[in-house]
Amino acid sequence: MNVIETSGLGKRYGSTWALRECTLAVPAGHVAALVGPNGAGKTTLLKLVVGLSEPAAGAVTVLGGLAAGSLAALDGIAFVAQDTPLYKNLSAADMLHLTRNLNRRFDQHYAQARLAELGIPLHRRSGKLSGGQQAQLALTLALARRPQLLVLDEPVAMLDPVARHDFMAVVLTAAADDGVSVVLSSHVLAELERVADYLILLSQGRVQVAGEVDSLLASHRMLTGPTSEAESYSDQPVVHVRRGTAQAHLLVRATAGDPVPPSWEAHPVGLEELTLAYLRTPGAAALPGPARGRHAQPSEVTR
Amino acid sequence: MTALTMPARPKPDTRLRPVPWRRMAWVTWRQHRAALAGLAVFLGALAVYLWLSGLQMHHYYATACHPASSLNCAINFTGRYGITAVIVSIILQAVPALIGAFVGAPVLARELETGTFRFAWTQGIGRLRWAIGKLVLLAVAVTAAATAFGVLFSWYNQPFAAAGYALPLSARVFDLGEVAFAAWTLAAFAIGALAGMLIRRVVPAIAATLAAYAGLALATALYLREHYMTPLLTSKLNLPDSAWIVSQWYTKGGKFAFPARGSQIVGALQHFCPMSNLSPMQCLSQHGYTWWASYHPGSRFWPFQWIEGGWLLALSVLLIAATVWLVRRRAA
Repeated sequence: MNVIETSGLGKRYGSTWALRECTLAVPAGHVAALVGPNGAGKTTLLKLVVGLSEPAAGAVTVLGGLAAGSLAALDGIAFVAQDTPLYKNLSAADMLHLTRNLNRRFDQHYAQARLAELGIPLHRRSGKLSGGQQAQLALTLALARRPQLLVLDEPVAMLDPVARHDFMAVVLTAAADDGVSVVLSSHVLAELERVADYLILLSQGRVQVAGEVDSLLASHRMLTGPTSEAESYSDQPVVHVRRGTAQAHLLVRATAGDPVPPSWEAHPVGLEELTLAYLRTPGAAALPGPARGRHAQPSEVTR
Repeated sequence: MTALTMPARPKPDTRLRPVPWRRMAWVTWRQHRAALAGLAVFLGALAVYLWLSGLQMHHYYATACHPASSLNCAINFTGRYGITAVIVSIILQAVPALIGAFVGAPVLARELETGTFRFAWTQGIGRLRWAIGKLVLLAVAVTAAATAFGVLFSWYNQPFAAAGYALPLSARVFDLGEVAFAAWTLAAFAIGALAGMLIRRVVPAIAATLAAYAGLALATALYLREHYMTPLLTSKLNLPDSAWIVSQWYTKGGKFAFPARGSQIVGALQHFCPMSNLSPMQCLSQHGYTWWASYHPGSRFWPFQWIEGGWLLALSVLLIAATVWLVRRRAA
């Protein structure tokens, strides 16, 4: 089952396309990271997925073919929006009660136990909680709905490192123990390596990279060799070139078995490295499927 | 840190039963109880005042006003309480507007302004039920409160109506009748809700609600209300006290001559009877002019209440439906 499926999805604000020709299939059972620079269309895509906005073009379905925003889809998806909006004048206990009343399922026991464990006082107004506690409260409300898909928009952007770590630990527990599929957008690349096993990279309103992290890493290598030879390198699709005075680093699409030219060394890449390389090369694409193996001219960064 | 595991998730139901409507009652109450409590305190204080001063007035009316047309009544009752009653009724005119502005306008504007709509509209109940539940419950609550208040005001105003001091169809009193007051409150709430949805910010929505309400109320009182029914015509001077005179004019030989306005009458008198001691009426009738008036008798109070209540109810339903439609289709 695909928790998110889009085809030719587009969204326009005024005359600007925030998202265009987005075709994507995120299979269930992953923690998928949605990455991209500011204005790449991450929030736009997530809003379309949770039914907060309507597409201007194309279609989006969730949870194996349900229309986004339909009652059945809302029932199975929990969304924590950017800045974790809560009713600031309601207490944590009231927020639980409110959420229970707004949903068919709500695991009150789980929610209360988690808040107790986190040391969040039930009777304090949610506006008076710390940023980390507000985020945890919003996450608890979302998970207590026992969703099939948890959608998080920049969940940790405002949190300090400890709160960030605690927050992601809860998300990962839900994913690992309860099989909740997770889609989260984030700026924090260092976090992704530990968390995500599926990567979606958006750039300028288009999908640039999408796929399982393992297979993405397996199909990319970092080649290091003399800068003088970097220019002539053309055997393998080059995503990104980083040029030093003596040595150049090339991120190429290649597998471990592919031949390495003499005087060059091949290294496996990390997720952060890979993501950065693609973010710096908005034209390059690595999409699943035979028709989308094309790549654009590599960008160059001279050091 | 460890986290509890959740119990096994049930299989998604094939036929999804929606979240029941009644759940919105708690949600609405919990989220708006501050506004509703504020409204209750405000209306409660006004009600206590009306009740206490009303008791006193009823007492004075009973002692001073038999018959109601007596000089004693004019001095000891209307003379003593008339100004207060006028001020009270003017203040009460603002109550529906305040309810619309402070209960109606924030309902959606606050959600949109603070971003909590992203929470509310992604819950399992769906935003359609959420919006309908909230708006209908609040509309019913404010309308019920206003109805009770209208009944109290009618009781308060009874002695003045009996003394002929407050014409039932006058703009000052008519709006505060049981049906009209409730309907105006409902309309103000609906205007506020729609303004909040359109403007999406609380303070501008409140200002827009007050302006729209004032415009509608003024236009109704000045231009619309007199057309609810065809006015009666008379040329006899013994109009009942309770009648609401819409217009007056003079005819000569069966043809319209001039409207019965001060300047026109003075001009005619100077022309026809410059030096006589005749009353204007006698002078003009000697010269063949007949006075005419179109009016609504006081007995039309209830038909007018229902007509005004009816179209305001229809307008309110329309505005709330438009608001719900906007919530449903708004691309956030």
